[in-house]
Amino acid sequence: MPAPPGTATTRTLSEAASKALVASYGIPVLSERVVAHADAASEASVELGFPVVVKLCGDRIAHKTERGLVRLGLGDAPAVHEAAEALLAAATPADGDVALLVAPMVSGDRELIIGMNRDAQFGPTVMVGLGGVLAEAVADVAIGLAPLDAVDAEDLIDSLATRRLLGEFRGQPAVDRAVLTDALVGLSRLAVEHPEVVSVDVNPLVVVAGRPVAVDALVEVTA
Amino acid sequence: MTTQHRLAPLFEPRGVLVAGASTHPGKFGFVSLHNIRAGGYRGGMYATNRAGEEVLGEPTFTDIGDLPDGAIDLVFVCTPAAANIELLRACAAKGVKAAFVTSAGYGEAGEGGRSAQDELVHEAERLGMVIAGPNGQGVVSTPVNLCAQIVAPNPPPGRIAVASQSGNLVSSFMNYAVATGVGISRAVSAGNAAMLGVEDYLGYFADDPETAVALVYVEGVPDGRRFFETAAATAAKQPLVVLKGGATSGGQRAAASHTGSLATDDRVFDGACRQAGAIRARTVEEAYDTAATFATQPLPAGPRTVVLTTAGGWGVLCADAITRGGILELVDLPADLRALLDEKLPPRWSRNNPVDLAGGETRDTIPEVLTAIAEHPGIDAIIYLGLGIQANQARLEREGGFYPHHGLERIVEFHERQDARYAQASVDVSAATGKPILCATELAVSQPDNPGVATLRANGRLCYPSADRAVRSLEHLWTYARHRRRRE
Repeated sequence: MPAPPGTATTRTLSEAASKALVASYGIPVLSERVVAHADAASEASVELGFPVVVKLCGDRIAHKTERGLVRLGLGDAPAVHEAAEALLAAATPADGDVALLVAPMVSGDRELIIGMNRDAQFGPTVMVGLGGVLAEAVADVAIGLAPLDAVDAEDLIDSLATRRLLGEFRGQPAVDRAVLTDALVGLSRLAVEHPEVVSVDVNPLVVVAGRPVAVDALVEVTA
Repeated sequence: MTTQHRLAPLFEPRGVLVAGASTHPGKFGFVSLHNIRAGGYRGGMYATNRAGEEVLGEPTFTDIGDLPDGAIDLVFVCTPAAANIELLRACAAKGVKAAFVTSAGYGEAGEGGRSAQDELVHEAERLGMVIAGPNGQGVVSTPVNLCAQIVAPNPPPGRIAVASQSGNLVSSFMNYAVATGVGISRAVSAGNAAMLGVEDYLGYFADDPETAVALVYVEGVPDGRRFFETAAATAAKQPLVVLKGGATSGGQRAAASHTGSLATDDRVFDGACRQAGAIRARTVEEAYDTAATFATQPLPAGPRTVVLTTAGGWGVLCADAITRGGILELVDLPADLRALLDEKLPPRWSRNNPVDLAGGETRDTIPEVLTAIAEHPGIDAIIYLGLGIQANQARLEREGGFYPHHGLERIVEFHERQDARYAQASVDVSAATGKPILCATELAVSQPDNPGVATLRANGRLCYPSADRAVRSLEHLWTYARHRRRRE
């Protein structure tokens, strides 16, 4: 039985490593760069195109937003350079090895959450829900058991009370259901093939022109 | 050994022994023997009593050794826990294969009780017996007229099989069976579930030719995976309706003290039911309505539902319920069906769905309209509102002091006959078209002997007390049918 999430016997992967793992199971993630220095950060931002986001990234950093380690909407290379230096200066010895993550700034009209967890009674579970600022208040999530197939994943999505938000919305196309279904089936496979993974939290999964893409991901594994 | 084989002595025993039969009508050892005999059990009945006294006018045995060999499959145990190990051994020597243990003082009674329970299970395994309970209420099996339980009622026969982690919910479901006439095939309370849990009983129900639908009450599912897998295997063969106690923090606190159940994340349980194809009901009446609907109506081929009503308000509320639920479709009437109904109805009918007859029905209108709607390929199900209202007026006229004069005799008989005809038509048209037709009226409760209501009951169907309850049941039927179809 894997340890419950959040206990001392688990650790988190860095954002970059978390995204690489979920991407290998078919979850679309933003193209982004992991760099060591402010100079490399501004070079990467030029390649990705503005605006960008710069975050401080490391295995022991789990609550970036709360600590002010995410800089949004940086519009040119000097701004990226300045933000990158400030973030590196904000690292503490407790953070261990750190790096900078540079990613395109996307703005979607809808935010979703998907994730994987291990229930003490039911074993591995896969979750989909409404994300964004209202998520906690609305608390609309649906949970399925891994392994699940595409039909199960479709049913899971359809059981959301807010499923209408997945249709055409404020001039934006409907959410690509096949991408979302594949992502849930992918998380289910991850749960089965990686018993050391205790939980996966892909939050937010932003819908950009109908296509869901992971902007942040956190994978927790047994220590 | 298959589950079918293993549990057959419990549900289809050739003979039953009540161990610890009592002459005192307040004791379980009296009540259980009374219920078995009153129920007209078809097999051999035996009883033991320490003093060999007559109980209910029949002799009892003091020594199990004096009972015939191989005649008894099930022992119903009312003796104190301390006597039960010896009892099992003596019964096994006579060929008894199953025990329903009502005795308390086991797992529910602290450390000592738990070790006594372990010992009981261990001994039963050694003897090759199965044990239901302990601390359970009893077992009912209508195909053999077995009502072996320490409480009422003895339900009418039917095709709903009940297993419950709480005995009083078995009673509740069976009381609904009595009230509605939609009956029971098997019913069992798992008690402490020392050896057999709800999952084991589901395994039996799924392959039971007497059972069309399984109905379970659970409070705790310590092995959630096993529950999920059993539910999925059951739902692949027959509908399964689940009522879960402890869905909220308040209920979980109560469940912890009742059955000692660990709290389950309700969202996970909900997802497990959905993925398994099990239908989860929120309340006792919803659970029974739904099971009764599965037991008595064909599955719909789709969500397209027509509401047929003899008066406006009922149809409006039913349309609200369908739309609010978001599972069924309040389908626009197909043009050819509307044209067909135009021929049969006066011009003031609603000309849409709900089909509101607006009081325009004549002698054959309702059977003809029901037939026309049900036969249309674009319609999957019908909810019919207004059954019994004419017979309700007839009742008042019968009892109003003027009957049978002033022409009342003839009109009263006409109305009573008509409502019986309408109910019969709903059953016949449903059977002929293979489409569900659900009738809803509060007369189901206020006037169960109304000829419309009574005719449905005589046909074994449920008369729904409200349109909302009919809609909820039909939603569950479609959810299940869709689940099956998407996985075939």
